[in-house]
Amino acid sequence: MTAPVGTESLAAMEQVAFAYPMPDGGRREVLRSVDLTLARGELVALVGTNGSGKTTLLRLLTGLLKPDAGEVRFDGRPLSDWRRLDVARRVAVLPQHLELPVGFRVAELVEMGRAPHARRLFASTEADARAVASALADAGALDLADRPADELSGGERQRLLVAMALAQEPDLLLLDEPTLHLDLAHQVALLAAIRRLRDQRGLTVLAVLHDLNLAAAFAPRVAVLDEGRVVADGSPAEVLSTDLVRRVFGVHVDEARTADGRRHLALREV
Amino acid sequence: MRAAATAPTTAQSIRIGPSLTRATVVLGGGAILLLTAMVVAVAIGSVGVGIGDTVAVLGHRLLGLPLARTEVPGAESIIFDVRLPRVLTAMLVGGGLAVAGTVFQALLRNPMADPYIIGTAAGASLGAIAGLMAPLLLPALAIGVGSSWLGLGLVQLLAFTGGLGTVLLVYAVSRANGRVPVVTLLLTGYAVSSVLAAGVALLMFFSGQHLGAIFGWLMGSLAGAKWIHLAFAAPLLIISATLLVVRWRGLNLLLLGDGPAANLGIDVEREKLVLTILATLATSTVVAISGTIGFVGLVVPHVLRLSIGPDHRLLLPASVLYGATLLALADLGARLAGGIPVGILTALIGAPFFVWLLRRSRMVRPVVTP
Repeated sequence: MTAPVGTESLAAMEQVAFAYPMPDGGRREVLRSVDLTLARGELVALVGTNGSGKTTLLRLLTGLLKPDAGEVRFDGRPLSDWRRLDVARRVAVLPQHLELPVGFRVAELVEMGRAPHARRLFASTEADARAVASALADAGALDLADRPADELSGGERQRLLVAMALAQEPDLLLLDEPTLHLDLAHQVALLAAIRRLRDQRGLTVLAVLHDLNLAAAFAPRVAVLDEGRVVADGSPAEVLSTDLVRRVFGVHVDEARTADGRRHLALREV
Repeated sequence: MRAAATAPTTAQSIRIGPSLTRATVVLGGGAILLLTAMVVAVAIGSVGVGIGDTVAVLGHRLLGLPLARTEVPGAESIIFDVRLPRVLTAMLVGGGLAVAGTVFQALLRNPMADPYIIGTAAGASLGAIAGLMAPLLLPALAIGVGSSWLGLGLVQLLAFTGGLGTVLLVYAVSRANGRVPVVTLLLTGYAVSSVLAAGVALLMFFSGQHLGAIFGWLMGSLAGAKWIHLAFAAPLLIISATLLVVRWRGLNLLLLGDGPAANLGIDVEREKLVLTILATLATSTVVAISGTIGFVGLVVPHVLRLSIGPDHRLLLPASVLYGATLLALADLGARLAGGIPVGILTALIGAPFFVWLLRRSRMVRPVVTP
């Protein structure tokens, strides 16, 4: 179904610049010149300081924001040529923050992920039912299906959001700090599930992550956003050096090795 | 019914959407209830007409069925010329207010929202009162008052355009950078409503002998129901309500917030504008023929959300049916209570019932979790 990893680009940003208009008429520049290409089936972690424009970059990739300069392309065509609905059929987002409407069951919310594929005016289709069931199964949320969504714990809620995004049957999955509010066990479980999905469904995944060690353990490729540019992009071993962490985050870390030789960035005492 | 929490869930047992049985019970039940309420409300009045005779007259006149005619003198005229237009108006008004209220509560993501919230009531009131006082304000217009356009008097016409125009103004003022933030819309609606309410108060102060008529209009009443008004209102309400009911998916997605809705394929600003215009069209039409009847548009959506859930697929058509039933019965009550304005009755009985329901459900359900 999908081409082997790295052979063909699914989404690409070329010299993308973006500034938010301010109420006083000025502009707050967030992205200066971003180059980032996601190959089909790739798993990429995006890291950077607060306010470095990671969420803005995701919004540009979905077409919610239009670049001031440069170009965003999806599947070879400029994103500006895509209709909202056609983007929604291919790209799903797990947002950093989502207010869940009250009173819905989990399965009902997951079905909302089917909206871009809706064919009937009122009825749900067999395809919807199948997609919802497999999304719930893949997100490890089958047992939540009939639960009221308002009663979920943080970890369960996150699984619901993953299921909603999967029900969309996307080619590209954008995750904005998916591990926020999760304990260590749930962080690992969620990222492991997303890796598995990448393998099973051939998804392309771009995940904004804060924990550098988690990013290194999760993704074979890490991109670092700083001052409106991608300043480093490559394997965790190449990218996440003590030097880069000091330059980008202004924090001194030591590089440690585990007994079996894995790299680890260790904080000095705070 | 919900599967037991302990039962293992399999992919085959996943239930999405309202089941056909559930939809049939809620909507079929609502339709039967509505027809029953209609017949009862037409039959009961100062001159009693039997249910059988009522059904016969309605069947004959509306459906052309060859049914046995009534023995009560004048019954056919009472039913057809007096009560039926009033009951049908009550049904249209109730259904229109309830569906518009459901839409505004979801669109503004605010449980306090009702169909009047962003300026319809204030704009329509000012228009209607200006219409009522037209002879006083502008003697030259006195000739025009009696005449009608599309069967509407000056009062109905000014109420309709006042309501619609105010909301369009509020919407345009709230728009910045191509977006209409919900909070700005609510606050602008409040501000514009306050200015118009000052205008209403000013006109009332100078109204002299018109005060009674103005007060009656503000309370909301169906006593002035006429076939000719229905000819104007029914098509507008049926069209706007239908177009709202089929937009259930967009309304559900907007509950998730603007960004998530856009990521699910909704053109958010366009969808909001379309929903606002349709709901305002329904509300302005209702207000033009019945004044500002309170409470129905606020409470019916909540009662239904508490009893059948928040999915607009079912909630929107149910609002139409149950809102229509409720107001047909409330207006019957108002007639039996000596012809008090129905708005008084809906508040008097509806509010305590609503409070009881809220307490029973043990929590006030906001539309969205904070």
